[in-house]
Amino acid sequence: MLALAAKELRALFVAPLGWVVLALLQIILAWIFLARLDVFLQIQPQLSQLPTAPGATEIIVMPLFAAAAGVLLMAVPLLTMRSIAEERRQQTMAFLLSSPLSMTAIVLGKFLGLMAFLLIVVALAGAMSLTLFAGGTMDIGLLLANLLGLVLLSASFVAAGIYVSCLTAQPVVAAIGALALLVGLALIDFSVSDPRSPLHVFSLLRHFGGFNKGVLDTADIAFCLLFAILFLVLAIRRLHGERLRG
Amino acid sequence: MTGPDLTVFAEKLSRQYRAHAAVRDVNLELRRGEVLGFLGPNGAGKSTTMRMLTGNLAPSAGSVRICGIDLTTRPVAAKMKLGYLPETPPLYRDLTVDEFLQLAARLHRVAATRVGQAVDRAKQRCGLSEVGRRIIATLSKGYQQRIGIAQAIVHEPPVVILDEPTVGLDPNQIREIRELIRELGREASVILSTHILPEVEAVCDRVQIMHRGHAVFSGSIASLKQLRRVGGIEIALRTPPAPTDIADIPGVAGVDVLGDGVFRICHEPSADPTDAILGRAVERRWGLFRLTSAETSLEQVFSELTQGDAAA
Repeated sequence: MLALAAKELRALFVAPLGWVVLALLQIILAWIFLARLDVFLQIQPQLSQLPTAPGATEIIVMPLFAAAAGVLLMAVPLLTMRSIAEERRQQTMAFLLSSPLSMTAIVLGKFLGLMAFLLIVVALAGAMSLTLFAGGTMDIGLLLANLLGLVLLSASFVAAGIYVSCLTAQPVVAAIGALALLVGLALIDFSVSDPRSPLHVFSLLRHFGGFNKGVLDTADIAFCLLFAILFLVLAIRRLHGERLRG
Repeated sequence: MTGPDLTVFAEKLSRQYRAHAAVRDVNLELRRGEVLGFLGPNGAGKSTTMRMLTGNLAPSAGSVRICGIDLTTRPVAAKMKLGYLPETPPLYRDLTVDEFLQLAARLHRVAATRVGQAVDRAKQRCGLSEVGRRIIATLSKGYQQRIGIAQAIVHEPPVVILDEPTVGLDPNQIREIRELIRELGREASVILSTHILPEVEAVCDRVQIMHRGHAVFSGSIASLKQLRRVGGIEIALRTPPAPTDIADIPGVAGVDVLGDGVFRICHEPSADPTDAILGRAVERRWGLFRLTSAETSLEQVFSELTQGDAAA
């Protein structure tokens, strides 16, 4: 399983896709980071007069991670689209199916490989935030909550992306499908006006909002985990079904 | 039914695609050190059977045991003993040959310290030693086919299943691969499917012919040839006599008139009437100008087995 995960991670870096996604994400995040830093420096004199003024972490890191969540929502489908669909298209699925790997190990291997890539993205965002230590203090708790939230959010995105990739042999279709699914879930926040509507439970970004504010709510953690597990189980079942039905 | 040497045992294997039965009640047995040729026209169910034997496809009914391990209930343990080359070689085209074979070895749980050694051996056996660092996508079809074989044998499995292994190779490479298959057949069990009948004669110990999802024949090459018990001689005469005159020759079991003075003479394998025919032809001045042994080729047996059933 780990050998497969390593192969998945390698595959992203052998092809330009991994590097391009990594570079573009970093550019976008750095841009937002610098823009927020600019804002912070401008309003700092006023802030110092407030008794409970928000610090650099609230003004710079929170919007940075909120933006990162949105950007990952767009980027993850591009990373997951190939996971199963490409194996089908290149007829390499037989290679995995006839090797001594259970279906669960195949799906988990794919999942772990992609998560390793996204951990690099999240770590880079975290490293960027840590540079604020150069000019002052930071709310480390808030940063850690954001990092955890982003990792859990990525796991949900990746699991959903892998499942959609199981449904087709065309990576592009898998990317569009996963994007539609994730954007659809995000749009719940905008389209459902009643803030108490139960539909909001399904909005991944709303669950991330808790982490973003530094609130570690078990419900948010549980939702992200359950969401990821649900789609991984669906993916495994889907591949099993294919072996049975042909 | 399970001896220590029995490596593949499939019982009543069936596969249904909706209303269409691709494979019906196929039984298969293979022992260590045997090479089984899987023969049949296109769409006979060879590939489907092979996919079921390797766990790529679940059978609708029946069971498969690899070295005594049930493939349905203990798939991971059974697959450790398998090497499989599908119809299209499954290759990660972005990787180099070395990287790909290392991956294949690791996925098949070759110990980390032995991976390099296993990859080198597989490359050497398949004639890939010089292209280890090349990217697979840049190599020719013949190389890619051989990489496909290499990934199936890198972990030295006791059962090797090859779906049309010599497709896309040139005659020299075909000879090399046949030698490799024979070599594999000494230690392991090999199943290979092919359309090429001489290939079966060249490398296989046993043959199983499939037609329309059924196994229509299973046995040794020699017994396949014996299916047509009578041998045959074809003679061409300038002044042909009445067929009864030929049938009178001792040892002749039957005469077919093929026209233009050509006759096919059937005889029991034990009594060869060639000398008698030659003598009679000279004696009666039939003007014999050609005499060939029309020994039953595998092609004939094959087409009889597969076409006879098609008409039914």
